[in-house]
Amino acid sequence: MSRTIDITLTVNGESVAATVPSRINLVDFLRNTLQLTGSHVGCEHGVCGACTLTVNGETVRGCLMLAVQADGADVQTVEGLADSGRSAALQAAFTRRNALQCGFCTPGMLASAIGYIDAGGAPDRKAIREHISGNYCRCTGYQSIVDAICDLIEEARA
Amino acid sequence: MTGPATIFDKPNRYIGQPSPRADASRLLQGRGQFVDDIVLPRMLHAAFVRSPHAHATILSIDVEDARAMPGVIAIYTGADLAEHVTPYVGVLTHLTGLRSAPQYPLAIDVARWQGEPIVIVIAASRALAEDAAELVLVDFEELPAIVDTEMALDADTPVIHSEFDSNLAWERDVVAGDIDAAFADPDVQVVERKFVFGRHTGVTLETRGTVCNYDPAEDQLTVHYSGQAPHMMQFIFAKHLDLSEENVRVISNDVGGSFGIKIHTYGDEIATAVAAKLLKRPVKFIADRFESFVTDIHARDHIVEARMGVKKDGTIVGIDFDDLTGIGPFSMYPRTSAIECNQVLNLTGAPYALENYRAKGRVVFQNKTLMCQYRAVGHPIAMAICDGLVEDAARAIGMDPVGMRLRNLMSDDSYPRASATGMKLDDLSHHKALNKLTDIMNYEGLRADQATNRKNGIYRGIGFVSMIEVTNPSPMFYGIGGAPIASQDGATVRLDASGALHVSSSITEQGQGTNAILAQIAAGVFGVNLDRVKVTTGDTATTPYGGGTWASRGAGIGGEAMLQAAQALKDQVLDVAAVMLQSSVDKLDIQNGAITDLDGTLRLPLADLARTVYYRGNELPSDLNPELIATRHYRVTDFPFVFTNGAMAAHVEVDTATGFVKVLHFWAVEDCGRVINPMLVDEQIRGGVVQGIGGALYEECHYSPEGQMLNATMADYMVPMAAEMPDITIAHIETPTKTSVLGAKGAGEAGTGGAPAAILNAVNDALSPMGASIWQMPMTPERILNALDQS
Repeated sequence: MSRTIDITLTVNGESVAATVPSRINLVDFLRNTLQLTGSHVGCEHGVCGACTLTVNGETVRGCLMLAVQADGADVQTVEGLADSGRSAALQAAFTRRNALQCGFCTPGMLASAIGYIDAGGAPDRKAIREHISGNYCRCTGYQSIVDAICDLIEEARA
Repeated sequence: MTGPATIFDKPNRYIGQPSPRADASRLLQGRGQFVDDIVLPRMLHAAFVRSPHAHATILSIDVEDARAMPGVIAIYTGADLAEHVTPYVGVLTHLTGLRSAPQYPLAIDVARWQGEPIVIVIAASRALAEDAAELVLVDFEELPAIVDTEMALDADTPVIHSEFDSNLAWERDVVAGDIDAAFADPDVQVVERKFVFGRHTGVTLETRGTVCNYDPAEDQLTVHYSGQAPHMMQFIFAKHLDLSEENVRVISNDVGGSFGIKIHTYGDEIATAVAAKLLKRPVKFIADRFESFVTDIHARDHIVEARMGVKKDGTIVGIDFDDLTGIGPFSMYPRTSAIECNQVLNLTGAPYALENYRAKGRVVFQNKTLMCQYRAVGHPIAMAICDGLVEDAARAIGMDPVGMRLRNLMSDDSYPRASATGMKLDDLSHHKALNKLTDIMNYEGLRADQATNRKNGIYRGIGFVSMIEVTNPSPMFYGIGGAPIASQDGATVRLDASGALHVSSSITEQGQGTNAILAQIAAGVFGVNLDRVKVTTGDTATTPYGGGTWASRGAGIGGEAMLQAAQALKDQVLDVAAVMLQSSVDKLDIQNGAITDLDGTLRLPLADLARTVYYRGNELPSDLNPELIATRHYRVTDFPFVFTNGAMAAHVEVDTATGFVKVLHFWAVEDCGRVINPMLVDEQIRGGVVQGIGGALYEECHYSPEGQMLNATMADYMVPMAAEMPDITIAHIETPTKTSVLGAKGAGEAGTGGAPAAILNAVNDALSPMGASIWQMPMTPERILNALDQS
C-alpha cells in the first residue's frame, strides 16, 4: 500500500516526473496530482467512459490503467486537446448541436470522437453510434452527439 | 407595461431562438468545476462503513484497529454523531396520514437497508480512509428482510418500525362518479391488467458528493453541493446541525446530472458536514459507483391492478385501479416518498374526459434502498396505466388507437376545466398535438409497412401516448405541507459601468441550459446583445431566494422572474435616460446595448449612461436617484400546477425468437407553452425520452430475497447506450400559459413521463398477432419470450 514508484511521462506536451503510489490509477494521478480535473471518474471499472483519454495515440480508460503503466508515455487530456487547438472544431460542432448537457461525459466523449475521426471514420450514424457505445451519457439521449461528430466529418470532407 | 407586449418581437429577440449555450465551451475544454474537482487547504476525505445486510441489529462496533491506521484523523459512529445532529422525519402535513420514523445520518441500533451508512472514517486521502474502513468491525444480528412489496402488509410480516402497527406508510383513495355502476352497464366492455413497474435509479454520471467546510471563527458552514435545491439544503443543514441559516452557504457549481437524484437528504452527506464541523476542517465525500447504486434514491417500484370500461363506440366510461408501491424503510426527507403515488392517483387518465374514476394508493415500507422523486415523478406510471389500457381496450373493440384517443381526449376548446380527479387544467392542446404527431410520423404509411412486414414474419409495432405533465408547481406541491421548499423564485439584474448585465437567479443549472435561457430572457427583454450578459446561479450567498430547478419549474417560474426583473431594470434605465436626453420614457427604447428612439435611432450607449450614473453623478439633477439594479420574484398563484401536454409515438420491432426489442424511431409533439430556446427544449425532450426508454426496456435494480441488490455495478445495471437508441423527431405546439407574461411551461420531464407508455403500447402492438401482451417494465427479452409462451 505504501509502495511508491518514480515515473516520467509527457502530459499534454509537458514532461512530468513524479513519485506515485503503485496502486494509483492514471486518472486519479492526473486529477489529484496534476490537478487536471477535466478527466472524470464515473465508475472506476472501465464501463462508463468518463475517464477516456489518449495515451500514445490510443484511446484508453484512465481508470483501467495504473499511473506506473504510463511511465514513458505520451498522455493527452481534454485540457491538452483544448489548449493545443486540436479539439477546436469538435468543440464548435458540439456547441452548435448542444451535444452536451451536464458536461460530465463530455471529455471522455470527445476523446472517443477523436479516436473515431483520426481512424478515418465515416459520417455513418450507425457506425458512430456503435463507436461511442462505450461512453455513457445520461442527459442527451446521444442523437446530438452523433449529429455533431457527423457534421464535423462531413465538413472536413466537403 | 411597455415591454411585455413587444419582447417577443423586437431587435434583441432572443426568446424563441436556438442560441447555443455560452457555458458549453467551459465544459468542452475540461474547465468545469464539479464537486470532486474542488480541493481546499487541509481538506480531509471520508469513507463509510455501510450495512452489508438489508435488515440487521447492530450489536457492537469496534473501530480501534481502524483508528490506528495511517492517515486516519477521526472515526464516528451513529451514536457519536447523534450528539451533534438532530434526526429528521420525511412527512408532509398535506399528505394526510403519511408516517415515517426518525432518521439519523448514520444507523445507530438497526440497519434497515443494504448500503445504509453506519460509520464514517475521516483520513488524509480517500484511499487511506477506505483502508481503515475495512478494519472497522461491526457485529450484526440479521433480522428478517421485508423485500417483496406485495408481502409488506401481510399480517405475519414483521414490522420494520416497532412504533407502527404495520408497514403501511400512507394510503389514499380517490373517487369520482360511480365506477361500479358505469362498469355494470351491459354496453360497456371492461379490460383489466396487472402492471408491474420495476425499480430503477438515476445513474447520474457524476456520483453524489460534497465538500463541507466549517469555519469556527464565524460559525460558518460552507457546503459544495451537487444538486438542485441550494436553499432547501441551506435550511436542512442549519436546522439539523444547529446553525443559523445565514451561517450556512450552499454552493452548486457544475452538476454532473441530477434528474431528481440529488435533491434529497442523504445521511452520508449530512455526516460529512457534521464531521467537518467537529474537525473544523474541510471534508470531502464522493460516492463511488457501488455506493450510488445502493444509496441514491431508487424510483418507481409499483404494482398496479387496473381496469378500464369502454363502450362499443370507443367512449371510455371510467378507470379503476389500485397502486401498491414500495419505498424502502423510510420516507425520504424532506420531499417524502408519497409524492409519486399521489401523482399517480392525481394524473392517471387526466388527458381524457372521464366521469367515473376510482383509485387506491398504498405506500409501504420495505428493506430496500429508499424510493423517492426521480425525473417525471409518477408520470410514467400514470401514463402507462391509462394509455396502456386505452390501447388494450381499442384492440378489444377493434378500434384504431388514434381514433379512440380523438374520441376521448378533452377537446382543445374546452379549457379551463378540471380532470376527473379535480386537477385544474388550462391551455392544453391534446387534439392538435395528436394530429400533428400522426402527420409527422406518416401514421398511415407505418401501418402499411407493418402489414407488409407481418406477412414476412417481421413484427413491428406502433404505440402512442397522450400525456400531461405537472410543471411550474405552486406552493400547493410542497410548501403547503410544511416543507422548507420555496415555490417562488427570484432574479436580480444589474447594469454595470460598461453597459453589461449581471444576472443572478435562484434557479439552478444541471445541464438543461438554465443559465443560457436566463441570459436570453434578460438580453431580449432589456435590450443588449446576448454576449453582454453574465449569469450567476447556484449559490445561497449571492442569488435571490428560491426553489431551484426541479419539477420542470426552472424556465416557467425562474424565467418569469427574470423577465420581470429585466423589464423593471429597463424602466429604471429609461427614467434616467429620459432626464439625460431631455426626452420622455415613452419615446425611448433600449436596443443593442444603447438608448434609442423608438425607431432604433441611436441616442446614448448604455456604457455612457452607466458611467455618468456611477462616476459623474454630479451631472444629474439632485432629485434623480438612479437604481441600476432590479430584483423580482414570481410564483404561480391561480393554479396548483401549470400542466403541459404532449403526444408521443414509438415504432419498434420485436424479434419473436430472442425477445429483443429494437426501437426504430420515436416522435414527440410537445406543448410546453412558449419555447424560450427550441434547441435546448428539443434536447431536454430527447434526453428525457431516452431515460424513459431505459425504464421501459432495460433499467432495473434486481434484489435477492434477502434484500441484496444484485446488479449494483455499471456493468450489470443496463442503461441506454448510443447504439440501441433511435433518432427522435420533435415538434411543438405552442399554447402559452396565461399564468405568466413569458408563457413558458416546463419541458424537462415530458419525455421520461411519456416514453414508457408509448414503448409499452408499441411492443404490445407488435405482439398482438400472436395474441400476446406484456405489462411489466422493463420489458426484457426474457419477459417478452414468457409473454409469447403464455399466448
